[in-house]
Amino acid sequence: MTQITLALSKGRIFEETLPLLAAAGIVPEENPESSRKLIIGTNRPDVRLIIVRASDVPTYVQHGAADLGVAGKDVLMEHGGEGLYQPIDLNIAKCRMMVATPVGFDYEAAVRRGSRLRVATKYVQTARLHFAAKGVHVDLIKLYGSMELAPLVGLSDVIVDLVSTGGTLKANNLVAVEDICAISSRLVVNQAALKLKHGLVQPIIETFRSAVKAD
Amino acid sequence: MNPPWLLPEYVEDILPPYAWHAETLRRKLLDLYDSHGYDLVAPPMVEFLDSLLTGSARDLDIRTFKVMDGLSGRQMGVRADMTPQAARIDAHLLNRQGIVRLCYAGPVLHTRPSGMTLSREPIQVGAELFGHGGIEADIEILQLLMAALKLAGLCNARISLGHVGLFRALSGGAGLVPEQERDLFTALKTKDVPALEQLTDALESTWKQAFRQLPNLYGGVEVLADARRVLPSLPGVSKALDDLAGLMAVRHEIQLAVDLGDLRGYGYHNGAVFAAYTGGQAQAVALGGRYDGAGAIFGRARPATGFSLDLRRILDCVVEVPRRPGILAPSSDDPVLRARIAELREAGERVVLEWPGQEAYRRESGCNRILIQADGAWQIQSL
Repeated sequence: MTQITLALSKGRIFEETLPLLAAAGIVPEENPESSRKLIIGTNRPDVRLIIVRASDVPTYVQHGAADLGVAGKDVLMEHGGEGLYQPIDLNIAKCRMMVATPVGFDYEAAVRRGSRLRVATKYVQTARLHFAAKGVHVDLIKLYGSMELAPLVGLSDVIVDLVSTGGTLKANNLVAVEDICAISSRLVVNQAALKLKHGLVQPIIETFRSAVKAD
Repeated sequence: MNPPWLLPEYVEDILPPYAWHAETLRRKLLDLYDSHGYDLVAPPMVEFLDSLLTGSARDLDIRTFKVMDGLSGRQMGVRADMTPQAARIDAHLLNRQGIVRLCYAGPVLHTRPSGMTLSREPIQVGAELFGHGGIEADIEILQLLMAALKLAGLCNARISLGHVGLFRALSGGAGLVPEQERDLFTALKTKDVPALEQLTDALESTWKQAFRQLPNLYGGVEVLADARRVLPSLPGVSKALDDLAGLMAVRHEIQLAVDLGDLRGYGYHNGAVFAAYTGGQAQAVALGGRYDGAGAIFGRARPATGFSLDLRRILDCVVEVPRRPGILAPSSDDPVLRARIAELREAGERVVLEWPGQEAYRRESGCNRILIQADGAWQIQSL
């Protein structure tokens, strides 16, 4: 029997994808938050879920280890999206990619002066493209978490990070100074799967699309 | 430090018994092309960059290894694709006015794999047809591709057909500037519908609708009827849909599908394009399509179409290849034995000499039979 595999990450993306799955008549047999299983079956024998790190979703789908996946635009921009179809903006897990600085740092003046900005971020590719488009020279510092700390201890001048409520920025005396782009999650599809498993994949894409439109 | 026997990333050996399998397959494929009248060419591994990077094949430029030629002081490239080489040969060396059919087999080299976990040294086995712009040529190439896939044992493959002319016609009709065209192309290539909607927002409704429909226009032959209904009836659009209808009408054992949003090779290709996929593999095993005028840079623009398979990708699909069983023969000066061995080899058998002291490693020899002297004759017994 042909089976399709959907790659999801735990947490917000999983929670917000559940209603879409329900619309397609797919109900996971277990909750990844409480289960340690990495492969989770569903009520449909021809559909299974795999639980991977958010930043690994495009990799799994690109290689065909998963046929479909849900990945944030932030992750896709870093990955490059090569070999993937991104047919639907699911409008879930929404936030913004922003440049933030310590309160009192004169960002505009620093940019005008043409000095090299030190930028700490997890999103190196996104930051590189953003500052290149502005014509600003930057030194990129790759971090894996707690970016907010970097400017506070003098590791960087600014950070590029996702901002949803702004709570973490505020608590650390930072302020968002520039909007890079809006972020939300996309449905990503393996290019060969769309062709080889068209009969299984296409109905799910259609249901997701109409479920997103109905919201 | 890395052990010295370690290969660079995405570079691999082909080991026994797969190497024989690959070689046999290469021969069979070339024989198939030969039976259709394709002449074999063997272009060099390196040539001047100008001739390797024909037309606007930007992608190829990045993928090509470059070296300086100490003799001429010019830049040379290691071929990343053999198609431009075939086009060069057709344009200049053969001087034939009619149709030229060429085939080739050989490795190419890429600076980066064209998809992760792929080899950087694909082995192309391809066929190219020059000098005919009609659909007959596309059909012949498609049929040959299907025969090649069948020969390679990939009957469960699926061929996806697209047409680059469709997007060109729409983009020309909508009067897009090159930058817009490039952005739209990127969005279409990844079926990025949200980006597509944003990019087409300012266009007039005919074009807006047309571009937005493209990513959805894939599936069986019914897609062509849908396309005729929803796309503006420009000459370029009708031509593309007619071409595809002609190809879909070809009798086929291998499944055919249409994907009007497939713009692979845009910039190089200009007509019908195909990609063959097999289950289990995320990347295509064979790629091809029409690329009229690629010979222009060599002074003779001719209609051209063709395809190439990647032998390594085919090997990836092969589950298990048995090692060809041989016959062990004792090392001896006996003229009767020598004659018997020669006779067996002549008959296509694999006869392996066993020197004294090697008996313990018989298993490694891959032989399942042995020559034994009995009743005054050399007889074959099973091991």
